[in-house]
Formats: sequence, structure tokens, C-alpha cells
Amino acid sequence: MRRRRWELIAESLVEWLIRLSGVSAIIFVFGIFYFVFREGMGLLWSGRFNFVQFLTSIEWYPTSQSHVRYGALALIAGTFSVTLLSMAIAVPFGVGTAIYVSEFCGPRAKETLKIVIELLAAIPSVVWGFIGLTVMNSLIIKLFDSPIGLNVLNGGVILALMSVPIIVSIGEDALKAVPDSFREAAIALGATRWQMVRRALLPAAKNGLLAAVLLGVGRAVGETMAVLMATGHSIRIPTGLLDPVRTLTATIAAELGESAVGSDHYQVLFIIGILLFTITFVVNLSADLIVRGIRGKA
Amino acid sequence: MKEKSASIGRGLAASLLTLSIALSGLIASGCDRTGETNNHGAHERLVIQNIGSDTMVNLAQAWAEEYATVEPAVSVEVSGGGSGTGVAALINGAADIANCSRQMEAGEIAKVKAADGQEPVENIVGYDALAIFTHKDNPLEEITIERLAAIYGEKGRVRMWADLGVQVPGCKSGEMILVSRQSNSGTYHYFREAILGKGVDFKLGTLDLHGSKDVVELVSRTPCAIGYSGMGYATQGVKMLRIARKPGETAFAPNVENTQTSKYPIARPLYMYTRGAPNDAVKKYLKWVQSEAGQAIVRATGYVPIVKETGLSAAVEQGAKRQ
Repeated sequence: MRRRRWELIAESLVEWLIRLSGVSAIIFVFGIFYFVFREGMGLLWSGRFNFVQFLTSIEWYPTSQSHVRYGALALIAGTFSVTLLSMAIAVPFGVGTAIYVSEFCGPRAKETLKIVIELLAAIPSVVWGFIGLTVMNSLIIKLFDSPIGLNVLNGGVILALMSVPIIVSIGEDALKAVPDSFREAAIALGATRWQMVRRALLPAAKNGLLAAVLLGVGRAVGETMAVLMATGHSIRIPTGLLDPVRTLTATIAAELGESAVGSDHYQVLFIIGILLFTITFVVNLSADLIVRGIRGKA
Repeated sequence: MKEKSASIGRGLAASLLTLSIALSGLIASGCDRTGETNNHGAHERLVIQNIGSDTMVNLAQAWAEEYATVEPAVSVEVSGGGSGTGVAALINGAADIANCSRQMEAGEIAKVKAADGQEPVENIVGYDALAIFTHKDNPLEEITIERLAAIYGEKGRVRMWADLGVQVPGCKSGEMILVSRQSNSGTYHYFREAILGKGVDFKLGTLDLHGSKDVVELVSRTPCAIGYSGMGYATQGVKMLRIARKPGETAFAPNVENTQTSKYPIARPLYMYTRGAPNDAVKKYLKWVQSEAGQAIVRATGYVPIVKETGLSAAVEQGAKRQ
């Protein structure tokens, strides 16, 4: 009897702990949201800040002594170009590796691959940045005859290498979650292994795979140190893969330490933070809507 | 499923572990600081926090290492982050000495005074000659301040190496790649003021790198590049240009002699700031830094010492460093 009561208490205690950790995620997200908005909002409504210029001008001169200008267009273009390229590389490689690891390879290869991929995820971003700055820079100059090797291509490849492990491990989980009866049924119908993957597994696992890709996008948009070092940190609209760029995150990282708390420059950096929030929010929301759309039709 | 929950448990344990390590680190560093102000016991090592300019971080590190053999009871902890970071740390009390590659601004002095009651103490501990770097294969040997302004300035017209009359081997496009620093660096502000002039901004499209070393590293790997950084960071892969104040005047190489005699146009003093009443350990350390022994390290790291020396030995040493 006593034991039973103890179990009941433990049960409700654990239930509350789990509930608390669930709710805490929401509290943290809103807390960060509130903080970023509070720091940036003052300038946004002050009338001194030209929002149109912010979105359409490439002139970013936050510390100018004669004429301070906050035009973030080049930074936005930089973030988009690097993210797009990295996803163009990482999504096929990541999803391909996930399919191979989960469906095609033997148990030994699987173990080795998983360890190697986890190792890839464990490399700190500053090390990636350093590789970009030294090895990749020289390599790109030699291979492409480019005047400079710190550019969209360099940053994109580095970011792709950083997001592949995330896409692989979550994508593999998604494929593993598809019940074996799907596989058995497909093979019983005479499908080859590839047909089974394409017709049965991929449609069944599409939500999980999309989540994997989205987390990869999140990593690419949010990554700071590596892109700061590998992209050249140069304000311009890229016209090709070999142009250096500067991203939104790298700008915050490089300049927040120096700007005085509460100054216009400080607040503009937080407005960039709001912009980053909005971008990730829109990406997540549209992905959610796409998934619902697919589900609705099915 | 079981496997998964186990791995989640492991992950949780690992993150708790890192958290506790981080916390104990914080607590430990807190202890260090109280140890420094209150505890003068023989077993405690006194810690001097030395924060600031990235230009000076190698030099400050070299001083700290040498001082450990001179005064084993005192440990000097050096970190970089930029001159502004050092001043901020001096204001909030995290630093005993702030390294600055520029003079403190009036606003900053006022903030130190507000926090401490006294004005900070300024010590000149050496000179830094800002060098203009190109790739070692670049045939260009000298340049004027005016030309540099035309290369780096917002309205400057020089964009190609051909505009300077040179053809750089390995740089097929002929485009100049301008390497600069991020706006939190003292070097960036000094270059803007000394080369571009008051109120003039940099051209858009410069590559704004994080550290002094990164600039030299990148220039040594990029035939098309030109960049500026402290002359102490020179490596074998780069060349330092001689600089003339005006067209037609003699150009001077960035070396010890030309800096001490003010012939080299872009050199600046390096400062170490303390609060108004530094403790004895800090005073002693600064005295040692400015002594012959401390200044020998300034020379060895490629900067220019404050004490006069015979021009010949300086030139010899500089020559040895170049090779």
C-alpha cells in the first residue's frame, strides 16, 4: 500500500516536471522574442530610422563620422545567397546519405558512417571558418582562377558540410520511423529496392525529411562564425558564386560587441535580429503549410 | 525506443555536466578576482587581468609569459577583443589593465571616472607602425598616402592594379582585393583617420576581417590583395610597402628606426590604461613593461620600443626579422 502511494507521488511529480519542461520552451522563445523586440523597437518607432532605406540600400556605414547609413540589402542578399547554395549542396547529399544509411548499407558500414557523420557535427564552427579562410581560399583561387577565395562558394560549401550531419541524422530517424510493413508490402509487390524507397518510403517519411531540411536551413541561416570567416565579410550584392558577401548574422557578431548599449547602431543590430526571426518564422510557417497542403490532398 | 530514451538521458546528463563545469569555471574565476584584491597570502598567485586591443594581444601575451619567470607569484591573464572591449572591461572593473591601440576618448575617460572616482592613468608602452601589405610576388614597392586614400576611400577611383602601373603575377583579373578590418578594431579607426582623413568612409566591398593576423594570412594567400595591419604580423608570404607622405617625397619602410624618428608616416603609440589607483602588483608590472627588459620583448615581437637605442642594432634586427 505504502509502495503504491509512493508510486503515485512519483508519477505526478514526473508528470509535472515534463509539463514544466514543455512549457519552458514556450517561455524561453517568447522571452527571447520579447528581449530582441524591446531592444530594437525604440529606434523602429522613433522616426529617425528609415525602414525603406534599411531594406533597399546597400550602404551600410554604421560607424561613419560624417554620414551614418543603415542599408541592409547587401546583408540580406548575402544571407540568402549563401543559404541557397548550401542547401543546393546539402539537401541532395544529406537526404541521399540518410537513405543510404537507413536502407542500403550493411550494419558495419552503417556504424562507421554514423560515427564519421557525428564527428563532422562535432567540429566547432570556428574551425570550419579557419578551414574556409586558409585551405578553401587557396583552393578556390587555384581551381577557379578567382581573384579571391573567400566568397559565396566558400561559405556555401562550408555551411553545407555543417548542415549535412543534421539533415542525415534527422532524415535517417524519419526513414527508420516508417514501419517495416511498408517495405515488406512494396517488395512483395515486386518493387526493386529503389522503387520501394521512392514510392513507399519517401512519401511516408516526407514530414520528417522536410523537418530535417528545415533544421538544416535554420543552421545555415543562423550560422555565424564560420560564415564570418569564409565569406569574406564584404558588403556587396553578389553577381556570381565567386563574389565575397556579408551575412546578417556575421554583421551582428562583428559589430554588437563594439556598439554602445542603447545607441542607434545597437538598436539597428537588434532590428537585424528581428529580421532574422521573421525569416526563420516565414520559412517554418510556409513549410508547415506545405505539409498540411500535402496532407489535405492525400 | 528504449535505445532512444537512453540516448536522450545521456544527452541530458552531458549537458548538465557541461553546465556544471561552466558554472564551476565561473565560480573559480570569481575566486581569482577576490583573491587578487583581498588575499595577499604567499600561496595565492596574484592575477592581473589584461584585456583589450587585438593589435597588442601577441605583445601582451609575450610580456605575460616573460613576466611569469621574473615574478612567479603574479600571473597576467591576457585576452583580446579590441581596444573598445578593453576600455569597457576597465570601466566595469573586469580588467586591471586595458590595452589600447588608440588614445582613450573623452567619453570613455568620463565613464572610468564615474565608476572609479579618478581619471585613468595612461602609459605609452611601445609604438606600432601600421604596414601596408601586398602579396610577396607583387612588384609594387612604394605608395603614397594619397594613393592609399584613392584605393580605400569611398569616392576613390583606383580599382585595378593597372591603375598603379603594375601587373601582379598570379592575379589574372587585375582587380584589387581590398582587405580591411571590422569596425570594432582600433586599427580600422586609426587607418580611417590617418589615411582617409576625417569624415571619409571606406569603399563598400572591402573584405572586413576579424583579426590582425587574418589580414596578413589572407594577403599572403591572395595575389590580388592589398591590406593593412600591424608590422609585427609580417610573415614570409607578404611584402611591406614603403610609404611616402606626398608624391615626390621619399618613401620610408616600416621599421624601428623610421618609426622612432617619425619618418614613417603611419605609426602610433600603444597604450596601457589602468584605473586611477592601481595596486602595487599592477604598478610593478607596468614599470617592468616599460623597462629595458620589457622593451626588448617589444622589439622581438616586431613592434617599436619606447626607449632609444642605436639605430644600427635596430636596423640589423629588423633585417634579420624580414628574412
